[in-house]
Amino acid sequence: MDAVKEIRSRTVVLSNDDIDTDQIIPARFLTTTTKQGLGKNLFADWRYEKDGRERAEFALNRPENRGAAVLVAGSNFGCGSSREHAPWALLDFGIRAVVSTAIADIFRSNSLKNGLIPVIVDAASHRWLLDNPGAEVRVDLESSTLEMNGKRVAFPIDRFSRYCLMNGLDQLGFLLEQEAAIRRYEQAHA
Amino acid sequence: MQSLFEKIWGKHVVAPETDDTPAVLYVDLHLLHEVTTPQAFDLLRAKGLPVRRTDRCLATLDHSTPTVPVKTLKDLELVSEPSAAKQVRQMEKNCKDFGIELRGFASRDRGIVHVMGPELGATQPGATIVCGDSHTSTHGAFGALAFGIGTTEVGHVLATQCLLQRKPKTLAINVGGRLPADVTAKDLILKIIGTIGVDGGTGYVIEYRGGAVSALSMEERMTVCNMSIEAGARAGMVAPDDTTYQYMAGRPLAPQGAKWDAAVAHWRTLPSDTGAKFDKEVDIDVASLRPMITFGTNPGMVMSIDDTVPEGNDTAFRKALAYMQIESGKPLLGLPVDVVFIGSCTNGRLSDIREAARILRGRRVAERVRLLVVPGSADVKRQAEAEGLDEVVRAAGGEWREPGCSMCIGMNGDTVPSGKLSVSTSNRNFEGRQGKGARTVLVSPLTAAAAAVRGHITDPRELVG
Ligand code: SF4
Repeated sequence: MDAVKEIRSRTVVLSNDDIDTDQIIPARFLTTTTKQGLGKNLFADWRYEKDGRERAEFALNRPENRGAAVLVAGSNFGCGSSREHAPWALLDFGIRAVVSTAIADIFRSNSLKNGLIPVIVDAASHRWLLDNPGAEVRVDLESSTLEMNGKRVAFPIDRFSRYCLMNGLDQLGFLLEQEAAIRRYEQAHA
Repeated sequence: MQSLFEKIWGKHVVAPETDDTPAVLYVDLHLLHEVTTPQAFDLLRAKGLPVRRTDRCLATLDHSTPTVPVKTLKDLELVSEPSAAKQVRQMEKNCKDFGIELRGFASRDRGIVHVMGPELGATQPGATIVCGDSHTSTHGAFGALAFGIGTTEVGHVLATQCLLQRKPKTLAINVGGRLPADVTAKDLILKIIGTIGVDGGTGYVIEYRGGAVSALSMEERMTVCNMSIEAGARAGMVAPDDTTYQYMAGRPLAPQGAKWDAAVAHWRTLPSDTGAKFDKEVDIDVASLRPMITFGTNPGMVMSIDDTVPEGNDTAFRKALAYMQIESGKPLLGLPVDVVFIGSCTNGRLSDIREAARILRGRRVAERVRLLVVPGSADVKRQAEAEGLDEVVRAAGGEWREPGCSMCIGMNGDTVPSGKLSVSTSNRNFEGRQGKGARTVLVSPLTAAAAAVRGHITDPRELVG
């Protein structure tokens, strides 16, 4: 995983609440055995017409949104299935942070393990972002803030995940270092 | 004074959480299926790591498997999408390479992972149970701490038998009253989701408590805990009691003999202490609950079957109703249906098929309706067939299939055509969940069977004796 310290980008907005992981990546694309190449199927049923052409009006397809790396979404983003294919697809497409008032637990945990930053903000900041699609923002991990509309809004992120993200470390390394404690636990509970 | 959750959490901490690091939590049972594990096994291969505790893995094939009979792998290639067949073969290879027993096509045990675990007695009170699957919450019905994880975490557990976790908050849902006749556990959990909302449980572990919950059978408790994730909660649990122990006794992977007695003695210490504190509590009374049905594109958009569809003016609500081709202010009763699916880890157990059979027996499925009944496991299938329930389904004009996830997720062949209305006993009515463009309403097995025979949405209480 590459280290990530900050993301500067325009935003792209999907304002619906409760966008579930079946929308982010429909189940029929889950028969893959790798992580790569899922970006083309991101939001497949919203993004494409029946004949496979892109739907011009869908936010991610609009020319002004191409290349935007920060997705602003309605509340409870990523609910539903635990499929890690959802953050894999977002990252493969080029999204590197998701901003909302609430982000579902499993999706949030999966995102942190792949370098996709979940940014939870207050309702007023969220409202402003929804109303100003294409705004220039900056996600800063060191200070755990989102710079938007000329101010800095703090977002919660646990220190451990932040450390791993900023240093490009996967969390397995930390777990493997717990070997002695794990062995003690297993002996005590055999 | 501790809650059930706190007792289990406390017993599984290998290293406590600090400001800087999450807790290291030991996992007693790791359930595995073909969809969310291939990339985890790849990680182990890339790092040259073995699976630490193959004896704590329980693996099966359920999502990408066809529900037409498959005897050999050669047949699999004939009936499957190539990518689905490849995924199944990859699972067989991964289990073989890493020394994990796979309950695959040849196994008498094969089934949806959340049906199979309890059935084998692998799901036990007080245990920590994880799976790369959000409906792992099902196993909480036994008083276990069971939750879904992502594929990266599947790799963590395979390699270390541990997970990094921050301690979640606790939510007590106190369910008072008694469920009226022919109102089911499915109706109860739909009511709960409708009450607290699809994000009402985010960040929490739910404990379902109260007289109406204690009165439920194990299969009913599993239906309730199963859909905790539909309220945003990763885990839902019910305190173990005699109902739990009676269900478990004698199951192949449950403790036997003296070990059983010791285990039960320990399990009896697990229920939340009187006065245990929860971070949040919600009270719900079910004495006047009616059968429930969803009308939108998430499980929180739900109402009593004889209500009219509510009004809502935000865009998501309007978009959902437009997708469903359903209008505010109108009833759902009488709405023509195209497909009825009875199955899934929510309602694919023996008692669910028995319930459906109460309505199907001696009746015919309506002219233009396709009824698909998919047992949750090979064991459910055998038991149902021993009772002649397969014949009841066939005589009614329904299809009786091999076990698997089937039309709950539409990953191998069983899908609802675009635009068609499906009445389903599964757990998700998201856009396209049962097939691209499919419109899904979620109900109990009784309500599903009633829709199948009438050809339109029907209050099942009109058809049960
Ligand atoms: S039956 Fe449906 S919800 Fe249950 S495990 Fe299978 S796909 Fe998931």
